[in-house]
Amino acid sequence: MTKSKVFMSVLVYTESEQGAFKKTALEVASYAKAVADQLGTTVTAITINVDDASALGNYGVDKILNVSNAQLQSFSANGYAEAIKQAAEKEASKVIVVSSSADSKYLAPLLAVGLNAGYASNVIEAPASTSPFTVKRTAFTNKAFEISQINTDVKIIGVSNNSFGLIENSRNASAEEFSPSISDSGVKVEAVDKATDKVTIADAEIVVSAGRGLKGPENWGMVEELADVLGAATACSKPVSDLGWRPHSEHVGQTGKPVASNLYIAIGISGAIQHLAGINASKVKVVINTDAEAPFFKAADYGVVGDAFEVVPQLIDKLKAFKAQQ
Amino acid sequence: MKILVCISHVPDTTSKINFSEGDTKFDTNGVQFVINPNDEFGLTRAMWFKEKQGAQVTVVNVGGAETEPTLRKALAIGADAAIRVNTVASDGFSVAKQLAHVVKDGAYDLVIAGRESIDYNGGMVPGMIAGLTNANFVNNCIGLEIDGTAAKAIREIDGGKETVSTTLPLVIGGQKGLVEESDLRIPNMRGIMMARQKPLTVVDPTEASAETTSIKFEKPAPKGAVKLVSADNLDELVNLLHNEAKVI
Repeated sequence: MTKSKVFMSVLVYTESEQGAFKKTALEVASYAKAVADQLGTTVTAITINVDDASALGNYGVDKILNVSNAQLQSFSANGYAEAIKQAAEKEASKVIVVSSSADSKYLAPLLAVGLNAGYASNVIEAPASTSPFTVKRTAFTNKAFEISQINTDVKIIGVSNNSFGLIENSRNASAEEFSPSISDSGVKVEAVDKATDKVTIADAEIVVSAGRGLKGPENWGMVEELADVLGAATACSKPVSDLGWRPHSEHVGQTGKPVASNLYIAIGISGAIQHLAGINASKVKVVINTDAEAPFFKAADYGVVGDAFEVVPQLIDKLKAFKAQQ
Repeated sequence: MKILVCISHVPDTTSKINFSEGDTKFDTNGVQFVINPNDEFGLTRAMWFKEKQGAQVTVVNVGGAETEPTLRKALAIGADAAIRVNTVASDGFSVAKQLAHVVKDGAYDLVIAGRESIDYNGGMVPGMIAGLTNANFVNNCIGLEIDGTAAKAIREIDGGKETVSTTLPLVIGGQKGLVEESDLRIPNMRGIMMARQKPLTVVDPTEASAETTSIKFEKPAPKGAVKLVSADNLDELVNLLHNEAKVI
């Protein structure tokens, strides 16, 4: 059998949270498999402090490098980049695939410097060609696509969330322990403030968002209920977070969090250009607004002109009935 | 404390995005350029360090002479000096190499760059500067305090935030939260007059290859008209989302 070094496996960093894979881990694994097929090679995944990595075998991964390291218990961009760099060197990988999570976007530029690799972020499709190596990415805040050629020997691809999807591809993945040497990080995590019981905007397939049309923070109960029924994350427009009705972490738009969900439901949001810039990457947009002239309707796939206080509770009932049938 | 604020010269959010020369170049015709919003939050935070802690603030841009009005605006807001690296900003990595050179040359303690520019959205320049200069790095930074060489930063993470401690030299990828929108400053006449007297140094680029090349741009297919569903017929909306859009 040929040594893995010759294969130059595509390396994928499969992200986890408290020992369990994030959904994006399986998406980037699916993406890495597509690239490996184009290059005629295999996929190696690196996991960091994951309890059970076997799910990766269902998404085209041939080999798993499991890192368990107490120094990497809290996320450290430098430490994680070092681990991935050493895995890439071990596997002689020419292509490294990461997600578009906040953590992956934090570590990827450091990894790029470490490997002198060209890095394309927000990539939405498998490479159009591998020689030259070209990928399609979003640019101009989702108002355009850029076809970008990566010129370096080693390449890093950041895959946009929910752009490629999960593609099952079952195989017997081999697993081994991998112990990279990690230097002390100059950045120490002192405290983490995070709701663990909620779907995050970054991970959500569905996002339910509301704006000033809801008139006050006391009216968010129905937004949360709608999100619950759909298993969605809640979000809000900029004015709503500026007014303190909702936490800043829910603000989506150009200066807030980016959204790339499969379904985005906007309630009482007029659709300012800065808001649209942040949510345009979502595939299907539903707008509920009393004002038929609201600019958001031009950017929406489905619209309901009506009073949110009447429409949303009814929609919750209809969706509950629909879910019960499923 | 010496602070370098990286300023990207970007089309205003409301600009029409078009391409020329067979869709290979961004068409700047009729486009108004501004300081990249994520950089402007960082610049405003730098002004706070200047006023409260006596920091010296230099702004820098990698680009042609056409970006100078944007640097002058940053000077009018209150930066002490500006540097323009005279070359075409071809890709994130080459821009980061140019900026790393400026950082080393000027021995800056703190480098503030926006988490991403609103034109190419690469999101890589701050991290690459940190990697190239061996500085500490905090991305998605929404709060920053400096005390001597110690720094305390707040980073936005998916679903929340975390507090980190680190030391100078430090690079941050900044965003809204460093300051609020209401803290942003509009240059006044005095600031604009003073900006004319402040040094804007043009430096030659260092050798840096582009690791990625833009081949072509595409615009999204024009959107079909919205499908309106009556507020009295929400079963139809559920049906469309399930059977047509297949998202529930």
